[in-house]
Amino acid sequence: MSSMIKRRVRGGADIPTGSLPDIVFMLLIFFLVTTTIDMDKGIPMVLPDRGGEFKVSPENISNVLINSAGQVLIDDEPAEISQIRDVIRGKVESRGLDTDGKPKLIVSIKTERSTSYNDYIQVLDEVKRAGATKISIAEPEK
Amino acid sequence: MDFGKKSKPTAGIPTASLPDIIFMLLIFFMVVTVFKEFRGLPVLTPAARTTEKLETKRNVAYLWVDKQQRISIDDKIVTLEDIEPIMAEKFSQNRRIVISMKIDRDVEMGRVTDIQEKLRDAYTLRVSYATRFK
Repeated sequence: MSSMIKRRVRGGADIPTGSLPDIVFMLLIFFLVTTTIDMDKGIPMVLPDRGGEFKVSPENISNVLINSAGQVLIDDEPAEISQIRDVIRGKVESRGLDTDGKPKLIVSIKTERSTSYNDYIQVLDEVKRAGATKISIAEPEK
Repeated sequence: MDFGKKSKPTAGIPTASLPDIIFMLLIFFMVVTVFKEFRGLPVLTPAARTTEKLETKRNVAYLWVDKQQRISIDDKIVTLEDIEPIMAEKFSQNRRIVISMKIDRDVEMGRVTDIQEKLRDAYTLRVSYATRFK
């Protein structure tokens, strides 16, 4: 019985595999061309949860205000965009680290409704570069 | 000196495993490829030094805001009120969703804040401000 099956199998027709590499190459080139290498990039941010308000001691908060002309005020002291990093870094270091190993300082960025988005991102960028990890976005005044 | 004899055994590259190698490459690209779904709006995003790469495209939803303050989600121009139901739907499908906000640099913060408030309503709290490397 088993020998009969064997014989049948032996007579089977072969699939020609000679052109297999060519077919696979063609598929490969298709996927190479269609793959978009440009990754999505940006500044990650987590928005605050609704109703998740909690109290923090005011000395750990640093208020950064940006007006519609792109002028910046850090804790009521005017600052240029290029100075933000040094000012915030000084504040981060003076407050020290929290129990979770992150800086204690919370930077609250507040804008006007007519502030340009670009100014906001430039300030956010500088604050992040200064090493602040706790950044809050305050709602602009209407 | 007789160098001729030594160089006689010609070295050929073994091509027997070539299909396997190409197959592996093919599978890699097939797995990695995510087709671009949406065209979006023409925006000029701001440049930032702390720009980071988003880990994966699969958990990303896009939202465009152009110079004229128009909002586009999935290639449809939507109003501010439409954002919450659309994003809530996306969040229910994928809880790890990140909203990549492609906002033009000339947009006013009032508009951005309004959108963020709607995103908070939809519970899509993980966002990313799309920026370019500086």
